[in-house]
Amino acid sequence: MIKVERLVKAFGTTKAVNDISFEVNEGENMVLLGTSGCGKTTTLKMLNRLIEPDSGTIYIDKKNIFEQPPELLRRGIGYVLQNNGLFPHYTVAENIAVVPNLLKWDKAKTQKRINELLEKLHLTKDHLTAYPNELSGGQQQRIGLARALVADPPVLLMDEPFGALDNVTRSKIHGEFKALDELKRKTIIMVTHDVQEAFELADRIALMDKGKIVQIGSPAELLFNPVNSFVSGFLQEQRLQLEFKTIKLIDIWEHLPDSGKKTSTSLLSAQLGVWEALENFKFYPKENLNIINQQNKEVKSATFDQLMAAFSQYKNQQPHE
Amino acid sequence: MNEHQQTLWEFMHQQADKLGMQTLQHIGLTFISLFIAVLIGLPLGIYITRKKQLSGFVLGIAGILQTIPSIALLGFMIPVLGIGAKPAIVALLLYALLPIIRNTYTGITGVDAAVKEAAIAMGMSKWQVLFKVELPLAMPVILAGIRTATVINVGVATLASYIAAGGLGEFIFGGISLNNTNMILAGAIPAALLAIIFDFLLSLVQKLNFKKIKGAVKIAPVLLILLSCLYFIPSAYGGKLTAGFTPEFMGRQDGNLGLISKYGLKIHTIVISDAVMYKAAQEKELDVISGYSTDGRLKAYNLVVLDDDKKIFPPYYAAPVVREDALRKFPELEKTLNLLSGMINDSIMTELNYKTDYLHQTPERVAKDFLMAKKLFKPDRGGNGGTVRIGSKIFGEQYILASMYTMLIKGYTNYNVATKTGLGGTKIVFDAMTNDQIDVYPEYTGTGLLAILQAPAKTVTTLQVNKDSTYSYVQREFLKRYQIKWLKPIGFNNAYALMMRQKQANELHIKTISDLKGFLENK
Ligand SMILES: Nc1ncnc2c1ncn2[C@@H]1O[C@H](COP(=O)(O)OP(=O)(O)OP(=O)(O)O)[C@@H](O)[C@H]1O
Ligand SMILES: [Mg+2]
Repeated sequence: MIKVERLVKAFGTTKAVNDISFEVNEGENMVLLGTSGCGKTTTLKMLNRLIEPDSGTIYIDKKNIFEQPPELLRRGIGYVLQNNGLFPHYTVAENIAVVPNLLKWDKAKTQKRINELLEKLHLTKDHLTAYPNELSGGQQQRIGLARALVADPPVLLMDEPFGALDNVTRSKIHGEFKALDELKRKTIIMVTHDVQEAFELADRIALMDKGKIVQIGSPAELLFNPVNSFVSGFLQEQRLQLEFKTIKLIDIWEHLPDSGKKTSTSLLSAQLGVWEALENFKFYPKENLNIINQQNKEVKSATFDQLMAAFSQYKNQQPHE
Repeated sequence: MNEHQQTLWEFMHQQADKLGMQTLQHIGLTFISLFIAVLIGLPLGIYITRKKQLSGFVLGIAGILQTIPSIALLGFMIPVLGIGAKPAIVALLLYALLPIIRNTYTGITGVDAAVKEAAIAMGMSKWQVLFKVELPLAMPVILAGIRTATVINVGVATLASYIAAGGLGEFIFGGISLNNTNMILAGAIPAALLAIIFDFLLSLVQKLNFKKIKGAVKIAPVLLILLSCLYFIPSAYGGKLTAGFTPEFMGRQDGNLGLISKYGLKIHTIVISDAVMYKAAQEKELDVISGYSTDGRLKAYNLVVLDDDKKIFPPYYAAPVVREDALRKFPELEKTLNLLSGMINDSIMTELNYKTDYLHQTPERVAKDFLMAKKLFKPDRGGNGGTVRIGSKIFGEQYILASMYTMLIKGYTNYNVATKTGLGGTKIVFDAMTNDQIDVYPEYTGTGLLAILQAPAKTVTTLQVNKDSTYSYVQREFLKRYQIKWLKPIGFNNAYALMMRQKQANELHIKTISDLKGFLENK
């Protein structure tokens, strides 16, 4: 869907982006991760030509973006900014309607689409006539997302979209973000420097340093097959939590005890991460969780200790750097 | 002073027509120039946000324009644009530019970069970003600039009367020259009210929220144009010749009033300041002007004085006037000031004025050269036995006289001198004296008689026959009323005179004021 080849951008003597290439598949969520100043924003802004590269090519949907008028290109790409960048002199409704108006949609169509998005993003009609400064940070961020999504662009670029939010609001919005079916169909490139966020939302992560991509791969690949010590060092601090989030119950299936005991009524899906399974323990003695493997309809049951044991056995099998 | 002291209200009532007309002209002048300033300043302000390297240059130029004194700016305009509405509008517009350009620039550069980037990222074109995002968000700041410019313009527009463009300045400056407080207030109060009202109205517009501003911005140009239309250019230049008279001359019995009553002179007349009048005559913007018989510019600009064959201009002998208490405090003062008495006749004074006004020598140098030539000069004794405060009105001759007195006092006595020169018109310098701000200044007998004492018409007629009777009358009355003493006359007579360009006067065979009247009537 998106193909970036040998992109270079220097500001004066600093090489902000130094010869990077990558591809993003349709419907994939690619996260650009890295320390401050490594060139994430610069890379992202070259994708909708807010910044023109010194050299390199970019194809979106097999079309060279430098051969298209920038305005038209941008109307087909959703863009969400860190501080939402809402127009303070427009109401919420007018803010969301910016791109439809540029595309000359008729009023009814725009209105219908706005209502649809409001519902999906848990906003009420009362918000429509408000001005951005009358809304909370979380609400503003949702409006920013609605504005980017309104014309249903196939590609969405997001620069630290949740960076300005507090932790509680952020994890809530993460949940909504993952559940939003609008986003499942979209090819998304998201910038963050928050490792947790990257691991939670990414299909693949491109870890950047000093204008280069150091490693690109799934969260598990970065965690268990780091190409060098920079990658493992980058993830080191939050390693345990990342592993709990990355490893799924299905991954440790074979290490779980063979037990068909179905004491509790609820069944957990084996597609869940270990982290989420652990969150389900209420912590009373001898408590069991029942897990169902959708593929063969097998059900296993494990106590907290058994789950942790299976997790460490699985990890011991992984290659170490 | 007068038998019947007129109240301000009576004056305004009596002059209601003129006042209304001046007010409308004033509003018109303010808004025509404001409108053009917006037409130029707004795009220019936007342009320099795009070409930032030009911003320093453009803002610098606009800033310099604003520091040029208004009168000087008006003076510069005359050779290019003549007198009347055009130069006044251009000058006002130049003053209004800076706040408009500066606020447009700061307003637009102040728009949140993230918001601008969002607009571009949504796919807006350059113009859409400007009109949909940058201008609306910068509007409160831009409006603040327009508000500042409006208030500046209301103020500076009072000066438009100096170059015959009308407005409330006609009353203000006429009143200052004629020592007529009612006339000053009749101009100043409406001018101040206009400034306050426009400032208030624009502050309301500024406080509107974004929604309403959209509407307000749409009606603004219409409103501006309507207000501009109030100013119909006060030209209607009919007649063969045009006269330019100072506001002071216009209102005086020994000025325009006398020309009308004694000569029956009917000439198309515009009101203009002394500072630009001679230049305008030279530039052929004016044909006849009111001037002073010893003015150096007479010689410089090749003008001739028309003979006052019916004797309506009384002699104006110059002499120093001094506060009595100053004479007591400085016993040497009177003797020293009188050193100059009888030393300067008309032609010497014209020559001295010519040196300052045309050859651009400093008044100090001219004064010193003269005193040297007359062997009156003595070097500064650096005395510190008290400080004598010398004042002067705001024209060259008075500067020269003030310099001479300064040198004499410093050379002949142990007193020190502080000068307060350039004290505007008669009213300002005389008020400074009665309020004990200055001790001495050179005054003219005719001015003392008519402008300060405001002697009744009958007295004036009887006194005018003889120059000495005028002198003794003002001397007596000043002592009685103000405890101010007239010392001995300096010698020259600086009377009012009508003058024309020499060449034109020769061509038309006009030598006297009666000739002029004859020419005008003989159509
Ligand atoms: N407009 C610019 N002019 C000059 N230098 C720039 C400009 N934009 C970015 N840079 C430099 O390029 C480098 C990369 O910047 P970039 O904004 O892409 O970093 P980032 O990875 O997004 O960092 P952060 O996480 O702090 O947002 C930095 O060294 C930055 O100083
Ligand atoms: Mg960044």
